[in-house]
Amino acid sequence: MDQFKQMINCKNVHKFYRLTHRYLLVFVGFFVFSLNVYADEVQISSSHIQTLAASCAACHGSQGNSVGGTSVLAGLDASHLVLQMMSFRNGSRSSTVMHRHAKGLTVEEINALAVYFSEQKRVSALIPPSQLLEQ
Amino acid sequence: MAIDRRDFLKIAATTALISFPMISKAITQSKGRIVVIGGGYAGATAAKYLRSWSNGSLDVIMVEPRTQFVSCPLSNLVLGGTKNINELTFGYDMLKSNHGIQWVSDEVVAIDTSDRVVKMKRGELAYDRLIIAPGIDFMYEQLPVLQSEEAQLAVPHAWKAGVQTVNLRKQLESMKDGGVFVISIPKAPYRCPPGPYERVSQVAFYLKNHKPNSKIIVLDANAEIISKKGLFTKVWAEMYAGMIDYRPNSSVVDVDVVAKTVKTEFESVRADVLNVIPPQRAGKIAQIAGVANVDKRWCEVDFLTYESKIIPNVHLIGDSVSAALPKSAHMATSQARVCANAIVALMSNQLPDSAPVFANTCYSYVSDKMAMHVANVYRYDPNKKIMVSAEGGGVSEKPSELEGNYAQAWAKNIWSDVLT
Ligand code: HEC
Repeated sequence: MDQFKQMINCKNVHKFYRLTHRYLLVFVGFFVFSLNVYADEVQISSSHIQTLAASCAACHGSQGNSVGGTSVLAGLDASHLVLQMMSFRNGSRSSTVMHRHAKGLTVEEINALAVYFSEQKRVSALIPPSQLLEQ
Repeated sequence: MAIDRRDFLKIAATTALISFPMISKAITQSKGRIVVIGGGYAGATAAKYLRSWSNGSLDVIMVEPRTQFVSCPLSNLVLGGTKNINELTFGYDMLKSNHGIQWVSDEVVAIDTSDRVVKMKRGELAYDRLIIAPGIDFMYEQLPVLQSEEAQLAVPHAWKAGVQTVNLRKQLESMKDGGVFVISIPKAPYRCPPGPYERVSQVAFYLKNHKPNSKIIVLDANAEIISKKGLFTKVWAEMYAGMIDYRPNSSVVDVDVVAKTVKTEFESVRADVLNVIPPQRAGKIAQIAGVANVDKRWCEVDFLTYESKIIPNVHLIGDSVSAALPKSAHMATSQARVCANAIVALMSNQLPDSAPVFANTCYSYVSDKMAMHVANVYRYDPNKKIMVSAEGGGVSEKPSELEGNYAQAWAKNIWSDVLT
């Protein structure tokens, strides 16, 4: 049943986004929100999203600018990011680890993360040079 | 909060260590000064994000005597022989210069938490808020014979990456085929829950390929494998059949360093290479500051700000925190960012995020190429006032090369995020 709900959500979200501007994301968020398990949480601040987004950095790099080996999220189309996250959640896109991360978030957070990453500049990631261990 | 005259004089006393123009510039703009003690995963991340999220309006001073950052994650691969320690060793130059973090290479000797002053060997620093990221310390009072440097040379812990890791690798290299590697795992909580079992797998990988008649004895103080149990059990049975002898409920009570023999409550076990990972508590600085209030081991914090529950204006992040959260590098960086975000808000007289959410992932390598994860999202529970695991967390179905590649990507990305 839950999965069914998620599939419906996902389909709606997808159709909606193809037709709408990405700033409608927030409204879509509220629309889907009612079915979400975390529905009792309300406020969502930019600092909340910035901190949450930064915890993706361990795998996707600072502000989504991956050094390689994982997708760059910076500058990614917001509707694409939402669709991927919803697909990881409902299993329609198979993943090694992303289903774990996508399922723990509210739809509202996913939408806000999508807007956040779409607004980040693509830059080449910095790589700290390794050194000889001082004995 | 501007820096006052008292602060200025104190910091002026340490100007040999801090460049003057930066300080004077800060006086005109600063909203306050945050001192961070400890440049590991947690401390380095906090320093960076404090500067970045305050748009440079907070002065951030890092106190770290070490000049190199050596990653614990991936260091078990040095034992397996697929990584060199130099690949895991970095400097702090990019972090310092990209973010205007002031750096003091000195050792903390005392902290006056009522006057808010950090006292070091060569100077003092006043703070508005203090972040302590002390990592872990070993509880040698439980194994006093391992206290000395010579003892640790003979019986390495290799639980802080660096020369200890290299030492253990060399001992494995010079062990004869048919030798016995004995590892002792302390009772949880300790740094990196799956780490010891990953280490067993890495040593097994090395021995299987180079010294196939050798054996591994695992003396685990816990009643069972405490992380990824099903996965490790299967890997050991299938990939390293007959090599690994796992003994639960086996606390080491004494060590004979010369004879390389350990005693548990039940038996005496002789090793050719002996690796005792001692029981752990919050790092020394937390003890010095008097914030390790849980069993005199770990530090109780408010999970919205990571401020100590017992001493105001002192924040703790990383392995030292008392929580039902894994003590991992990713966790340390996640906590560091929540703490930094909260401090930026507090220093502008705003409320911190009332419901932080973050991710944690720990990959473990079971061979040169194959890895598996445990991953969870943690959400703040306003009733329990702690971080709780959200729906969907869990472990890999099986180890894979694909996840081995992603684990490398994880390491490269987290290093880039933390150190640049
Ligand atoms: C532990 C590492 C890890 C973390 C943490 C992580 N990701 Fe991922 N991400 C991956 C991997 C690996 C993939 C490829 C799919 C898979 O196998 O899971 C991926 C794929 C993705 C994709 C698909 C990209 C595309 O265009 O196909 C998106 C979007 C994404 N992640 C977003 C996020 C967001 C947002 C976060 C933080 C909330 C996050 N990830 C945290 C590892 C991670």
